Amino acid sequence: MDDVKAIADLVKKEFGEKILSIDEFRGEFNLSVDADSISQVCQFLRDNPDTKFNFLAALTAVDFWPEEPRFRVVYELYSQENMLNLGLRVLVPGEDPNIPSIESVYPNANWHEREVYDMFGITFEGHSDLRRILMPHDWEGHPLRKDYPLGYEEVQFSFNFDEIDQRKRYARE
Amino acid sequence: MGVEEKLGNLGIITTTLEAAVNWSRTRAMWPLLSGLACCAIEMMATQASDYDLSRFGMELMRPSPRQSDLLIIAGRVTRKMAPVLRRLYDQMPDPKWVLAMGDCCSCGGVFNNYAIIPGVDEVMPVDVYVAGCPPRPEGLIHGIVTLHEKVKGEKINTYS
Amino acid sequence: MLQPEMELTVDELKHLVSNRAIEGDTMVLNMGPQHPSTHGVLRLLLELDGEKIITCIPDIGYLHSGIEKNMEAKSFEKVLVMTDRMDYLNNLGNNLAYCLAIEKLVDLDVPPRAQVIRVLLTELQRITSHLVFLGTHALDLAAMSVFLYCFREREIILDIFEMCSGQRMMTSYFRPGGLWRDVPEGFEEVVQNFLDIFPARIQQYEDLLSNNPLYLDRTKGIGVIPTDMALSWGATGPPLRASGIAYDVRKAQPYSGYEQYEFDIPTGENGDVYDRYIVRMEEMRQSVRIVQQALDNIPEGPFRSDNRKFVPPPRSELAHSMEAVIHHFKLWTEGFTAPKGEVYVPVESPKGLLGCYLVSDGGSNPYRVHFRTPSFANMQILPKISIGCLVADLVAIISSLDPVLGDVDR
Repeated sequence: MDDVKAIADLVKKEFGEKILSIDEFRGEFNLSVDADSISQVCQFLRDNPDTKFNFLAALTAVDFWPEEPRFRVVYELYSQENMLNLGLRVLVPGEDPNIPSIESVYPNANWHEREVYDMFGITFEGHSDLRRILMPHDWEGHPLRKDYPLGYEEVQFSFNFDEIDQRKRYARE
Repeated sequence: MGVEEKLGNLGIITTTLEAAVNWSRTRAMWPLLSGLACCAIEMMATQASDYDLSRFGMELMRPSPRQSDLLIIAGRVTRKMAPVLRRLYDQMPDPKWVLAMGDCCSCGGVFNNYAIIPGVDEVMPVDVYVAGCPPRPEGLIHGIVTLHEKVKGEKINTYS
Repeated sequence: MLQPEMELTVDELKHLVSNRAIEGDTMVLNMGPQHPSTHGVLRLLLELDGEKIITCIPDIGYLHSGIEKNMEAKSFEKVLVMTDRMDYLNNLGNNLAYCLAIEKLVDLDVPPRAQVIRVLLTELQRITSHLVFLGTHALDLAAMSVFLYCFREREIILDIFEMCSGQRMMTSYFRPGGLWRDVPEGFEEVVQNFLDIFPARIQQYEDLLSNNPLYLDRTKGIGVIPTDMALSWGATGPPLRASGIAYDVRKAQPYSGYEQYEFDIPTGENGDVYDRYIVRMEEMRQSVRIVQQALDNIPEGPFRSDNRKFVPPPRSELAHSMEAVIHHFKLWTEGFTAPKGEVYVPVESPKGLLGCYLVSDGGSNPYRVHFRTPSFANMQILPKISIGCLVADLVAIISSLDPVLGDVDR
């Protein structure tokens, strides 16, 4: 099948109300999937001879704080045979964010899910090794959350040079 | 050119021990082979054919901190990397010098956020800062020559 | 025994290493973050039985610079500066991915002249990236001279970039809607001169390495990525193509007019270190072909879109047009706004599939930018393929994957 809309309809027909909505923007199709069935939807998309989405291109998340549901986990699938991209979206509540891992379907989700856990604090059920990946292992907080400060430091100019210089912790020998 | 000219027929020159020691330190300064980010690529370009860092007695980049005199911080220093760099610095034998190459490790550069340390001088004392993002190889060479000038003015009993 | 100063605690490591390591039967070795052949600040924990690797645990994040978070605090135009610093061997390619995403988001057309110059310069950038790969790869395998030759040619290309943009590496030359400025006078001649000498230089590198028995011994049959494993573990770019899958975004989903150019996708058969090297050498030749075609067909015309809502007016207009002054002022104070929505744009970077995922909430700052970077995905395969090989081979495998740590950690 070389039409992504037809694929979206096929998935909708197969999973019914588990597919919450089909959105189109600039020619890209995104399926909003119920959190519990994300693994089955991925399995279907990978193994069905009509779809053959055999490659997980990207996995990330977006934080919509203070709205609810707070997080949106983003999956971008690619089909080698049909040369098509399809996006899957899963909404996750801010309270105890937890969704099933798709590592069993796409093994390369492993590091991507670890990154999402590190940056957003979303846990993936069934993940084989959910540790921090980018930040130090004892880091507190999840940096890409919207309520996490940027960590901006005031820039030193000539008018406030001395003031900032006094505060700066210079290292000694 | 060089020493031969000054030798004349006598075969001896007179100088202070301090000047001789400092001069020899500048002529064989071995940098630590440690690159962090973008500036490391420019550091490699400085090493390579067109800019040829061996002209300054620096063709040997030592991978071990115990054999090196100069730590070129080439790139941005993250909070995860800072303790490692400090450890490398502590492992280097005296006399040792630090050259902060590029904006990111001099002051944070374009990265003003939670992950990057705004200036490597919060982790270790720095001798020379080189501006640029990344500095051109000429910039790095200028920084090294500036460091040589500084070394020539050092007192011999500083490290005794 | 595990050393107490290993920064991950023993409890955390227990499920990653084998029981023999806990008992002290095998050795756990720390490689990096400061190590000459990890290409930056990659850290690997190796469990060794003699010289043989039993487990390899990569620890990345030593160059995590919070780029994605910083981008959210900048306007659309300013974000471009951060993309340069991600994969610092492929600055123009990163700019291109981001510009294409913006152009898709706000539905902006790019004039043909800008598209051709974009293709030309990204292909030159691909050559520089592969040259750095070749130089460092050969250096890791103790062939110093190749490194010197590669950087000699790289300087020529960097001079071309400097001519266009004023910077050697962090060019920020592509802007949403076209280019920052037109290419300077004499540009065609300089590129043509480079194209005339470069194919012979590629031959020179191949003469040094391809039939060198020392090099062959250290690369043939080492670090084999089987075809099915390559895809399921997310490898793209030369590592995937060396395993025999001809997937290239430039062919599969052409962007910037790549469908107009004639070029082949080189593939390997065995998926080992040697094939990845051969694929990259061949890619350089294909890039030369594309650059030649682009150079012969640079159309006349504007170098950036004339949609004043997103692209600043030329300097000369500011003197006599009030409207131009208003647009200029608005663009350089608050920037442009993008409609609410999200786009995902894949492009082919020298290292593989580079995807830019961009979310806008209708304001003048991006709400979220995510880059699906090829090195991050390619690194993931390292623990799988390094099991059973020697420590010296690991060095060859790492460099053949060509990770750029700025790209892995962002």
